[in-house]
Amino acid sequence: MRPFTYERADSVDDAVALHGEQTRYLGGGTNLVDLMRLGVEQPDRLVDVTRLPYDQITVAPDGGLLIGATVRNSDLAVSWSVRQTHPLLSQAVLAGASGQIRNQATVGGNLLQRTRCSYFQDITKPCNKRDPGSGCPARKGENHNMAIFGHSTACVATHPSDMAVALAALDASVHVHSREGKRVLPLSDFYRFPKDDPSRDTVLKPGELITEVEVPPLGMPSSYRKVRERASFAFALVSIAGALKVEDGVVQDCRIALGGVAHKPWRAHRAEEMLRGVAATKENYLRAADAELESAHPLRENGYKIPLARNLIVRTMLSLGEGA
Amino acid sequence: MTSLERVEARDKVTGRARYAFEYPVEGAAYLMGVQAAVGRAEIASVDHEAALALPGVLAVLSCENAPEIAEVDDPELLVFQSRKVSYRGQFVAAVVAETWETAQEAARLVRITYADERRPDVRLSADHPGLYEPEEANGGFPAVSELGDPDAAFATAAVQIDATYTTPAQHNNPMEPHATVAAWEGDDLTVYDSNQGASTVQGTLAKIFKLEPAQVRVVSPHVGGGFGSKGTPRPNVVLAAMAARAAGRPVKLAVTRQQMFATTGYRTPTIQRVRLGADADGRLTAILHEVVSQSSTLREFAEQAAVPSRVMYRASNRRTAHRLTRLDVPTPSWMRAPGETPGMFALESAMDELAYTLGVDPVELRVRNEPERDPEQDIPFSSRNLVACLRKGAEHFGWADRDPTPAIRRRGRKLVGTGVAAATYPANRMPNKATARADADGTFTIRIAAADIGTGSRTALTLVAAETLKADPAQVTVELGDSALPRASLAGGSTGTASWSTAVVRACEALLDELDGEIPPEGVEATADTAEEIKSEPEYSRHAFGAHFAEAEVDIDTGEVRIPRMFGVFAAGRIISPTTAHSQFVGGMVMGIGMALMEQSVMDAEFGDYLTHDLAQYHVPACADVADVQATWIDEEDQHLNPMGVKGIGEIGIVGAAAAVANAVHHATGVRVRDLPITPAHLLPDF
Amino acid sequence: MDSANTRGGAPPVPVSITLTVNGREHRLDIDTRASLLDVLRERLGLTGAKKGCDHGQCGACTVLLDGRRANSCLALAVANDGAEVTTVEGLAEAAGAAGEGGLSPIQEAFVERDALQCGYCTPGQLCSATGMLAEAAEGWPSFVTEDLAAEPPALDDAEIRERMSGNLCRCGAYVNIVAAVREVGA
Repeated sequence: MRPFTYERADSVDDAVALHGEQTRYLGGGTNLVDLMRLGVEQPDRLVDVTRLPYDQITVAPDGGLLIGATVRNSDLAVSWSVRQTHPLLSQAVLAGASGQIRNQATVGGNLLQRTRCSYFQDITKPCNKRDPGSGCPARKGENHNMAIFGHSTACVATHPSDMAVALAALDASVHVHSREGKRVLPLSDFYRFPKDDPSRDTVLKPGELITEVEVPPLGMPSSYRKVRERASFAFALVSIAGALKVEDGVVQDCRIALGGVAHKPWRAHRAEEMLRGVAATKENYLRAADAELESAHPLRENGYKIPLARNLIVRTMLSLGEGA
Repeated sequence: MTSLERVEARDKVTGRARYAFEYPVEGAAYLMGVQAAVGRAEIASVDHEAALALPGVLAVLSCENAPEIAEVDDPELLVFQSRKVSYRGQFVAAVVAETWETAQEAARLVRITYADERRPDVRLSADHPGLYEPEEANGGFPAVSELGDPDAAFATAAVQIDATYTTPAQHNNPMEPHATVAAWEGDDLTVYDSNQGASTVQGTLAKIFKLEPAQVRVVSPHVGGGFGSKGTPRPNVVLAAMAARAAGRPVKLAVTRQQMFATTGYRTPTIQRVRLGADADGRLTAILHEVVSQSSTLREFAEQAAVPSRVMYRASNRRTAHRLTRLDVPTPSWMRAPGETPGMFALESAMDELAYTLGVDPVELRVRNEPERDPEQDIPFSSRNLVACLRKGAEHFGWADRDPTPAIRRRGRKLVGTGVAAATYPANRMPNKATARADADGTFTIRIAAADIGTGSRTALTLVAAETLKADPAQVTVELGDSALPRASLAGGSTGTASWSTAVVRACEALLDELDGEIPPEGVEATADTAEEIKSEPEYSRHAFGAHFAEAEVDIDTGEVRIPRMFGVFAAGRIISPTTAHSQFVGGMVMGIGMALMEQSVMDAEFGDYLTHDLAQYHVPACADVADVQATWIDEEDQHLNPMGVKGIGEIGIVGAAAAVANAVHHATGVRVRDLPITPAHLLPDF
Repeated sequence: MDSANTRGGAPPVPVSITLTVNGREHRLDIDTRASLLDVLRERLGLTGAKKGCDHGQCGACTVLLDGRRANSCLALAVANDGAEVTTVEGLAEAAGAAGEGGLSPIQEAFVERDALQCGYCTPGQLCSATGMLAEAAEGWPSFVTEDLAAEPPALDDAEIRERMSGNLCRCGAYVNIVAAVREVGA
């Protein structure tokens, strides 16, 4: 690990002012410290933002949530309000990592964790995300857990966060601060597809700091499911955040976001559109899932993610419909 | 035997138990290895300057400046003696620094220039042009063994199974990474090292550094697991001793988890073709088990995966054969039950396929093919209770009610099935020395350089000594894990308890002979050496046997497999320490669940290293994967083994476990997975 | 080669911190890069917390950090200036069981149930179990909790297994670990 200076920020202004070349904001450190030890990240300066006054979860009168970026994953997951109004968010966070890591990791840091692609994490190998222009060995190499949607010749990595998948389904937005001021980014625009520049996971500009995540009210049953080879403490093969509102046997509203399938949480817009206003039947769920998966492009070893994603969409919708 | 709390349990739950890296050695510096970033090349030059320029760096070692060391059998240990890179990840340099942080950073700054770099040949296949038949497989077994006319018998058999099974490379991954603290005093070397046999490490270090064994002391009282990977000395121990001498300081080296995947051994991948020929009643007429595996260019290691097929079942026509190819990969080595573990996955899966094809119950099929004598050597078994294990397990597991039809049982969205598989492991012994001492205060001390890597050997030997001496276990202290103690064999091949206890019993008997009333103030001591006793063993086929019963639940939507219950019954001679033995059996079964469902080291065909080189990518079972796993045993009295009548239990728990799971998955889903591990990717397209 | 990999060396950055470990305050001059785990093991001689992976993937380094279980390998010591840490060496005292041979209830249960073999993951398991039982007592749900909107159910085996899954045990002592935790959590 490269030596670095450490600064603790007491305010947002302080934090963004301290940010300079080769600087990283430090939250719980559960991914950043890991990557620094691997040599993937080599900051000269860490600005610790965990003491900033963004450690609260506020419930808006309409039932929406404003979640501070320094809230620890555990505190978000076990929050009584979150469990009641947005259970899929609680479940998604509880599906991630381990009890210890959830106690350390922050909401802001969770959103900014990097892919677990083995090539990205090994500095002796090429990787366009880590070292632009060096190549993507995963494309033709070991790719059984890589993306099936939206990948490019430059990168086939997936985003590892469970929480972000739930937030994608929830139409959340991210509040960011910089020296230029504040802006609010819908989560759907926050993450990028790799295209020809996979080094950037998000649209954040250098020095921008996540301060809050805003989650609108949901008002329908929801759930998060995660498929993995090991029963716990493992990244997803595919995960799904779903929500469904059925009235008189007709789908009024639904949300479907998939994890483990793309460079960002994959919001299944096409499937959702097909389902709104149609009968809540298995056939319709299956049709919608198949339509969504038409745009999937599996790699040599990850074709199984297609039936897996399809089954998850159908099963999640059926289960949520039964509960309604 | 009476149950005794694990002797060192209280030290382990309080943090008092000290592991290798934790020995406080005055003035110790930190050592970090640097790995080759290419798979096959010559080292043109190693530039130490940038690393040495870092404040706090004390020394850099590589082929540019390494002192010459003596040849030993294992070329993996000849660190920095050659410019050849034999595999990606091989240690090619090392840095000594004042702190761990600086050593770690400096290692990144060592610049290695390679010449003649070539794409490594790392992919094992059944038609690899380099395949050859080695003279021997691991364990000294002949590579090929044939009886009768297996090809003809198979060709004319009423029922035939011909299937190919594959197992991936797997890494031992003990929780404690390999670590060594090395300190020289003049020409005397002390190492605190994590290993499975202090005497073995002592002997190797003495050879390499051209010392008398008495000049080398290896201290290893607590070892955080090994599973074979610490059975032979690893480069870390040589590197630490070399660097300590070069730096003129004691040094501490902990291999990182990532480094372990290249430098501390692993189980070779295997490709196994099994052919079974049987008559209409399921009596085997032909058994053919042919194995392809890999080794490195450095050293031949041929995993003896077909060897268990030499003892399991009766058939007058049989062939077992091993072929090997030498790739640009790290040298594979021992991992819990080398040979039996992958081999019995194949054989016991094939037996299940045969049972299914015949419509014979898989327990009955095995009973029907039970041999009366060792089917290849034609000598008697010292004891063999496979049938008893199968019967006991079947009864406990509720096997009698099983409908053999696959894919018809549902539990919610899950398909449910059960499977059985047999287990076997040889019971061998190694020569050992031990001393037993009686003191005037009524206490006894046993000294033997045995290892307790979590197996419970300290506890077992305490009970053995107490029984022989007719003393209370509380009066007995066992000292082990130190090469200064009487020379002992290593903890490997499930030989530990059988071998060490022989020496301990003999030393205790000799002590009893010497004790004559009052114990003098200076105490009484007696020594035993079992070399002669072991040489003159009568001819018996000595093996432990067992049976696994597993239930699998397979999610219809996701293909996820979980094991709600698993039951193992073992016949392994006399069980000395019930508490720790139970933990050993269950632990082996848990590792078998890992093998069946998740463990897989993926070789990067382009770069030539194991990609899945950490614990987030190489999955070992977590707590959530292990539900109701139980083990029990059959009390065997076997007069042909050793004074305690034990067979060894460290390995048999994993043998056959993966097959039981795979057979249960077949029963649940109708899908026969012949390539481990069984993941959703295998199952999803099929239902 | 990778551009990040070719940046030259720089000298360590020293910094002073204070840690309260097992009730004792320590003032330490450390390298900013030092993990809490390495400070405990290499500077304070508290080798109970283990290094199994150094990347938050095994849990052997688990300690209680300001009362909560945490992976000390991923915690930079400098970022935890002023923190209170309990390691396995302090579990007995923290449970009011100090004194010669005194063990906390979870330590005692691990011994009785033989919930360990090689012992290397054991300190992490113990600290994790201690933290986990406190979490459960506060009503925290887990991923396997059926209904998040209800009070979480009693700590059954499935709940214990899920909550303890951040602590790998290669010896496979899980069955006994779960039994020990169940006994203490009951």
